[in-house]
Amino acid sequence: MKFLRFRLAPDNIKISFMRFRRYSYPLSALASIASVILFLTVGLNYGIDFSGGTLLELRNKDGVANLAELRTTTEKLGLGEVEVQAFGDERDVSVRVRLQPGGDVAQQAAMTKVLDAVKDKYEVRRSEVVGPRVSGELVQSGTIGVVLSILAVLAYLWFRYEWQLAVAAVIATMHDLLLTIGFFSLTRIEFNITSIAAILTIVGVSLNETVIVLDRIRETLRKYRKTPIAEIIDMSVNAVISRTIMTSTTTLMALLALVLFGGHVIRSFSMAMMFGIIAGVYSSIFICSPILIYLGMRNDSLSAVEPEKGKAKENA
Amino acid sequence: MQRFQRWKVLSILAMSLLALLIIIPSFIGEANRKAVASWLPSWLPVKAIVLGLDLQGGAHLVWQVDAADVTKSQIESLRDDVRRLLRDEKIPLAGGIGASGRSVQFRVPDETARTKVVGRLRTLAQPGGVTALGTTQPPVFEIAQSEGGLLRLTLSEAATNERIRKAVDQTIEVLRRRIDTTGTTEPNIQRQGADRILVQVPGLLDTNRLKDLVGTTAKLEFRLVAEPGYNPADIEMLKEFDKDGKTVTGEYPVEKRNMVRGEDLTDAQPGFDSRTNEPVVNFKFNIRGGRDFGEATSRNVNKLFAIVLDNKVISAPRILSPITGGSGQISGRFTVQAVNDLSILLRAGALPTALTVVEERTVGPGLGQDSIDAGKLAGYVAATLVVLYMLTTYGTFGIFANIALFVHIAMIFAGLVLLGATLTLPGIAGIVLTIGMAVDSNVLIYERIREENHLGRSIISSLEAGFTRAFATIVDSQSTAMVVAVILYFLGSGPVRGFAVTLGLGIITTIITAVTMTRMMIALWYRWKRPQTLPI
Repeated sequence: MKFLRFRLAPDNIKISFMRFRRYSYPLSALASIASVILFLTVGLNYGIDFSGGTLLELRNKDGVANLAELRTTTEKLGLGEVEVQAFGDERDVSVRVRLQPGGDVAQQAAMTKVLDAVKDKYEVRRSEVVGPRVSGELVQSGTIGVVLSILAVLAYLWFRYEWQLAVAAVIATMHDLLLTIGFFSLTRIEFNITSIAAILTIVGVSLNETVIVLDRIRETLRKYRKTPIAEIIDMSVNAVISRTIMTSTTTLMALLALVLFGGHVIRSFSMAMMFGIIAGVYSSIFICSPILIYLGMRNDSLSAVEPEKGKAKENA
Repeated sequence: MQRFQRWKVLSILAMSLLALLIIIPSFIGEANRKAVASWLPSWLPVKAIVLGLDLQGGAHLVWQVDAADVTKSQIESLRDDVRRLLRDEKIPLAGGIGASGRSVQFRVPDETARTKVVGRLRTLAQPGGVTALGTTQPPVFEIAQSEGGLLRLTLSEAATNERIRKAVDQTIEVLRRRIDTTGTTEPNIQRQGADRILVQVPGLLDTNRLKDLVGTTAKLEFRLVAEPGYNPADIEMLKEFDKDGKTVTGEYPVEKRNMVRGEDLTDAQPGFDSRTNEPVVNFKFNIRGGRDFGEATSRNVNKLFAIVLDNKVISAPRILSPITGGSGQISGRFTVQAVNDLSILLRAGALPTALTVVEERTVGPGLGQDSIDAGKLAGYVAATLVVLYMLTTYGTFGIFANIALFVHIAMIFAGLVLLGATLTLPGIAGIVLTIGMAVDSNVLIYERIREENHLGRSIISSLEAGFTRAFATIVDSQSTAMVVAVILYFLGSGPVRGFAVTLGLGIITTIITAVTMTRMMIALWYRWKRPQTLPI
């Protein structure tokens, strides 16, 4: 069978990745610090899952939504700052009311007030009211989720790898996590419970990429006992870079389809995931492997621990 | 590599076919599904994927039992118990019985009387008594004595928690009866956590009627209107309202004591008064209720009694003669809709406690359908991109990967149908994402095969090495994703859980399709073609 054939990544890549660490390390360090600063100063744009309050998605019954008019109407209700935003269709508008003082009952009252004010001209497409108790618990379970998955990842790496490799993988994963948080702060994309799902998935997927590289380094180390470690890392990264690029490309393709066509409800989820996966590929190539040199990884650090670590696996 | 046992081939084919058969009903529409079901024997399940509320539209409400309210009513009944006990034993009190927060206190100055009271209270605090194994349940309340014969009974945490648990169970029962009578389609009512109740109603967008129906306690009481000279601690002032439920039309000093237990009400029907033609509710008591009501009315002829619903006076008629028939009529300032609703509420029974809405999410059917359409489109685009990519990169092997991808998607849907899991919008995103991730395994395998081949291995040995060596990495990478899916499943609710389910299913089916199935196809292809060069 004959097809139009093409390969995204050439076969014989010979790039000395180790040299890039002079640029990639300061760059990543800067980006990570910037992310932390952004998170601490600007903070995340918490959705109502975490901040509590009321969110209404309205569609104008006869045509274009009038944002200015809606703003004046809702501001008169005495519910504090009311965010009125256009999205998607020109008929659609979202109205967000901050958490009202006075517990769960007050949130219900706020929603009724807004609905009464707009129901003549707009139909409700979606409504969400999250009281202070529920949002508090969602924050808690979201935090537990992130912490638990990081612990699970650590445990997995502890069993799976020699300490240098494990530390490298942890640093790479943390790097991706920090940058994704920075991405959320910078873009002001709403941070809600599905964002937690996105972050956890990023942790999983970015670890995949790291695992592919690390497995290869370990395999090459066993094969070439005399070669300097820098060369071994370069050989390994060059050997797997085409598949790292290709696997992430297919995933990115799927995510791109979601961003473009998946609708506004999951757009922020898909965008965060795209960013995280790109960060994951970058860190698995430019961050994770060079760290091994700093950690004093040597050809013999492997043989010493190998028997304890169970049977040697030969991996792709 | 070459040898692939016939039974393995057959079972993989059978699994793929089965997956396809299982998902067919989900994609042919409701009408066709019914038609298909009618041809097939009845034992064959024709099930469609359950769509989450975010896709089919509907309301998701969470109510919380008011713990303070539960404690308050517990304290009230403890106070009643104490009052009855003291009256039975004819023990004089110094002052009244005070109730505050979680405790009840009163003063019994006489020492012998106090010892007797404490003894009786101890049995009251241990309703289960000493169990067969000799262990005792935690007491309902603690008894503390201090100087001047002051006794303080404090409710235990465990007793309150137990009461809340029971209140939630009872509430769920009542809500089910109430919502069922309104003819709403398949509401899902379940406990959430210790003190919450989740109600999901597909297709419902205007939640006001539901909230009224659930939010009304519907506690019906028959209480005497107090006459001048009563102890103010034993009465409360209750208001009477007009039809609109807002205008106050009267206020009565009403005794706290209830003449009949609400649960003794057996039936309530809307009707019209024969003389005034006003809408009324006709009710019936069971035997105990009828007897209690008869006794109470015969003792209090010519006095006023108040019919109280949720601490509002509905009406306060005079008892002209003892009412012993076990049935009666509630007339107030009612509309027809109001008597209908009140009858439903009374038949279903009162809620044990007040409820508050703590979370509400509704999705209109329009947005739900839009989300399905958008999800489908994204899925098709993603699948097309990935299929083309695999085809141009790997040629024949790309076709194998694409067939495996197709089966992989079918298997995820089949898994959802078999598990009865709910497909949510993030769930669709999860499926689209696994379209991209499923072929990852193929890429890893194929790249390894190429590499081994370039190193000078024969075709057959490259194929063998490619599969075995890539397998460990695939398991590694999939297991990290699986860990994430499991954590998300247990932490998330609703939509996020849907994402976790599709992600998890996708990981499991990847191993079946991208690894085993592709391997089988390549083995068969190799036997058939005996190629001299690798097509990748």
